[in-house]
Amino acid sequence: MSDTYIVGFDETDASHRAATLAAGLARTTGARVHLVHVLEWSAYSFLTQDELAERHKRREEELKRAESVVAPVAEALAANGVQATSEIRYGHAGEIFCEIAEKLGNCQIFIGRKGSRTLAERLLGGLAITLVQVSPVPVTVVP
Amino acid sequence: MKKMLCAAALGLPFTPAPAFAGIDDTINNAIAPFSNAVASAIFYSVPIAGTQFPLIVGWLVGAAAIFTVYFGFIQFRAFGHAISLVKGDYSHPEDAGEVSHFQALATALSGTVGLGNIAGVAVALSIGGAGATLWMILAGLLGMASKFIECTLGVKYRKELPDGTISGGPMYYLSIGLAEKGKARLGQFLALFFSICCVGGALGGGNMFQANQAFQQVVNVTGGDASPLTGFGWLFGLVMAMLVGFVIIGGIKSIARVTEKIVPFMAILYVGIAFFIIAQNFSNIGWAFGQIIGGAFSPEGIAGGAVGALIQGFKRAAFSNEAGVGSAAIAHSAVITNEPTTEGVVSLLEPFIDTVVICTMTALVIIFTGVLDNGLTGVELTSAAFGAQVSFFPYILALAVLLFAFSTMLSWSYYGLKAWSYMFGEGQVAANLFKLIFCIFVVIGASMNLGPVIDFSDAMIFAMALANIVGLYILMPVVKQEVERYFAKLKSGEIRKVAATA
Repeated sequence: MSDTYIVGFDETDASHRAATLAAGLARTTGARVHLVHVLEWSAYSFLTQDELAERHKRREEELKRAESVVAPVAEALAANGVQATSEIRYGHAGEIFCEIAEKLGNCQIFIGRKGSRTLAERLLGGLAITLVQVSPVPVTVVP
Repeated sequence: MKKMLCAAALGLPFTPAPAFAGIDDTINNAIAPFSNAVASAIFYSVPIAGTQFPLIVGWLVGAAAIFTVYFGFIQFRAFGHAISLVKGDYSHPEDAGEVSHFQALATALSGTVGLGNIAGVAVALSIGGAGATLWMILAGLLGMASKFIECTLGVKYRKELPDGTISGGPMYYLSIGLAEKGKARLGQFLALFFSICCVGGALGGGNMFQANQAFQQVVNVTGGDASPLTGFGWLFGLVMAMLVGFVIIGGIKSIARVTEKIVPFMAILYVGIAFFIIAQNFSNIGWAFGQIIGGAFSPEGIAGGAVGALIQGFKRAAFSNEAGVGSAAIAHSAVITNEPTTEGVVSLLEPFIDTVVICTMTALVIIFTGVLDNGLTGVELTSAAFGAQVSFFPYILALAVLLFAFSTMLSWSYYGLKAWSYMFGEGQVAANLFKLIFCIFVVIGASMNLGPVIDFSDAMIFAMALANIVGLYILMPVVKQEVERYFAKLKSGEIRKVAATA
């Protein structure tokens, strides 16, 4: 039995469905729900001069916004008797989920299926495909 | 007829071609006396070994040599550490989302890698001979120390503006840093002097030179003197000015983003093609290096002999990598780090990539293909060298030239704006006025002859170094303390690679 359910949460309907399923299971198993919001970011991307100057400010804004998205959901889960925590990270979603899963050990990942939106996702697969292929822990993809 | 079609296609009223072409001459004649006056003041020269030695070149290279010795040849000692920092070996995961060392370096490089690397090197070789290459590489290696000190100071004395954006560069370290040293008035004077020259440098080397040489290459690949665009520099400038205006005034960031992404690949492609050409002419290697080494110490037919070759090599290296000029400190200052030394160390790579790698590639292509004595100069000479090997290479070069010119213009519009804002405040009206002036200078630059443009561009860029280097001399003990503290932490293991920490 897993101690923690890692839920990919980004405010989309799909992520709400994943959070709902994980919360329902957590109520019966007593596991903790850990909401993870990933802000896609690469340290090797190219920025313009203006973007360099604004980056620190934008980061503060992005973190604040992400917090406002995740915190109410975590509070609502706690109010319903589910032990809930949250985390906001910058990076590549697939890598971040795997890293957190490895760190926590006895856990599962829940993500919502959004469908492929971009050409790259259609050709290479989205986050769900990536996690199914490389995750060190069981992955539940919620349709 | 083609000229008429060109004009008609752009919606211009029909006017006989000579009248349009005359605009270029009119602009050139109007600006040349001013640019000549500025250039002769900045490039005050003294006779050395039978040639005129511009004192400003000695000022720049002398400073680079002093910094090299003062910091114990930091460019060689910290080279491996610089690569480690760029790779992210010392970046903590909690800092993700902030500007990384790689991003600051890449953006600063896209401002530095411009036509200095393609056209400037060709100018150096056409005047100073093959031997200028060796002096250019030496100046590039020394310049790494200048870049190191100015970028360390850029991060140490940067400011967070009321709107949350980060602003840094010589304006700030000269005013704040020198005030800390009890030289507030001198600091303010130098910061103001630097800002005035930075605006001039942005309009000269960062704009007019780029527009001018981009136009020359477009004319070159469309038929040279018989090109329908000959004499239509103002029209080319107008189109470039509109594109620049879309980004800097219209705020169309997508153009800037695309440019920032393409330029690094273009630079890699440029170096790749250069390697290919050198490989094709590999049998010339002994002769070519003989020309370079012989030319550096005992050139024949070069005005001023070895000193003439040295001046050209030093001049073009400084113009290309901008070490000691202070411009890069503006870009590098956005990195978030508790250790300003790290950004200084990363910035050492900039003159290395710009001058020791890319400029040297241009020089070797020109020498290996044997086109140096064909009477051409500037981008036309580089293009002839590329075309000597494969006929369509000049077209790829033209594309590279246009992209490098455009990205350098965008970077320098930013540097110039920062200096302008330091003088006139952060207001939108003042900013838009500068941006408008910047766009007008694109047209002027494309219309003028190379001589006055290159003189004015060099003069303004080097003038920035006058104020900047005075500040660097006064502040170098501050940087020394930072460096010693940082490397002591590194040695003791207090700062270690993130993987090793985990």
